[in-house]
Amino acid sequence: MLVRLELSERDRDLLDGAGTAAEQLAMRIVVGLAGAMGADRLLDITGAHVDGCLYHGQAGLDYAERLVAGGGRVRVPTTLNVSSLDLLHPHLYRGDPEVGAAGRRLMECYEAMGCEPTWTCAPYQLAARPARGEHVAWAESNAIVFANSVLGARTHRYGDFADIAAAITGRAPAGGLHLDAARAGRMVFDVDAPGLLDVDAAYPALGHLVGSRCGSLVPILVGLPAGTGEDRLKALGAAAASSGAVAMFHAVGVTPEAPTLEAALGGRPPAATHRVRPADLRRARDQLTTAAGPGLDAVSLGTPHYSVRELRRLAELFDGRRAAVPCFAATGRGVLASAADGGVAAALQEAGVDLVVDTCTYVTPVIAADARTVMTDSGKWAYYAPGNLGVDVVFGSMAECVESAVAGEVRRDPGLWSG
Amino acid sequence: MVGVSGAVVLVGGIGEGPVLALDEPLSMWGGLDPATGEIVDRRHPQCGEVVAGRVLVMPHGRGSSSAASVLAEAVRRGTAPAAIVLVERDEILAVGGLVAAELYGASCPIVVVDEAAYAAARRAGRLRVDGSRVG
Repeated sequence: MLVRLELSERDRDLLDGAGTAAEQLAMRIVVGLAGAMGADRLLDITGAHVDGCLYHGQAGLDYAERLVAGGGRVRVPTTLNVSSLDLLHPHLYRGDPEVGAAGRRLMECYEAMGCEPTWTCAPYQLAARPARGEHVAWAESNAIVFANSVLGARTHRYGDFADIAAAITGRAPAGGLHLDAARAGRMVFDVDAPGLLDVDAAYPALGHLVGSRCGSLVPILVGLPAGTGEDRLKALGAAAASSGAVAMFHAVGVTPEAPTLEAALGGRPPAATHRVRPADLRRARDQLTTAAGPGLDAVSLGTPHYSVRELRRLAELFDGRRAAVPCFAATGRGVLASAADGGVAAALQEAGVDLVVDTCTYVTPVIAADARTVMTDSGKWAYYAPGNLGVDVVFGSMAECVESAVAGEVRRDPGLWSG
Repeated sequence: MVGVSGAVVLVGGIGEGPVLALDEPLSMWGGLDPATGEIVDRRHPQCGEVVAGRVLVMPHGRGSSSAASVLAEAVRRGTAPAAIVLVERDEILAVGGLVAAELYGASCPIVVVDEAAYAAARRAGRLRVDGSRVG
């Protein structure tokens, strides 16, 4: 199953060292990636979203410093994912100062290479975003699934290191989700829960269920309401990319490449079809909860980063009341600027909500180290926080999170999930 | 000694060690502590197992695109698996292995094999993975 990789003249020049040392290293990584993907050529990309700016240890910094020292510059507009620090609110960081300094150095490396300091895991909430059919190299699993599914842009699953290599060379392997063949849906989920699909929290639960069952196959969801909004699709995709390796989904009548079930299947029969009933969604919700009692130490919202709409809704739900436990809402600095204009940020501060930007509360120490039980409305946060932070999690709707934050203990809305 | 060579080699090199056959795919990011090589995903049935020096056999990778960093960091610290055997290509793990080789000269070979070879690899007590040739 050996595929011969055809390189352009410029690709070969970069590989041979005709450009900078950084371009040569970056091209070696892109070529190695093409081999791993079985691609037979490279293609031009119009943009990149880089996840390597989040500090996971010395290896990431060693790589970025090697690229900077080698004259690394991005060739296409490149946005940056969350980092390990909130530069606008540095007092929120509770971690090891040495790790904090290394994280800061890593951020500086990526800015030095010409990346835009967006520091958000939701680049699709920025003003400039790729159009349908555009090839990009995006990293960060929730951004990848959103780009492919909701925007109809084309990115494979890029990760740390490959993202900046693609940005520096302006090239990506012509394989995987860049090509039509891999974008066809393979597993159908027939969602028969009309009442529950009016509930925001059903979407991360559905994503968790879909990701658990389909692994890396492209799922097709049937039964989502026409006009299902981006916030719900974001939550669904992020959860599916956490419990599974989902990099793209179709929602028939909702997402751009799925006007019909037949179109989403690309002319092939599905590998399997699953029926999803309300009880399945309640089971998925329960799987995302590890805590048993009503005790609550903190609330964490905004994974992926909240949109302006979500921040506004959060402020409405507090309705002048104050959180009795620490409550964090993460968002991008661009979204925060918009929210500040509308007075939403001020209302949230009045409610005792700490707005966290540039980072996320489960990748960096923001929540107090002695917090044992944390509530969230994010399927992704619920999935990762027990391992990353060692906390127990309660998954609930945004409204349940707010009522619990105000009460200082877990409050459930029994009617919400009756669907 | 059972040997396996890759139908598709994602990262070259030779690795050998006792087999750790995972019942579910592991998300390296959030699932593996590179300081110790221990599986820390509490939802993973083999939480608490240590991957360091073992040949990790699992169907495919899972989850966040930060897995590449975690694998490279584990290679740097000497806590990475001796090799990884998959049935499905995983480019994110591949890039982690490629960068680790560039930076540290150390390798964690990763190969993709067919179902029959995969089943045999899961049953093996010890495995030598040869990512330098295609079998």
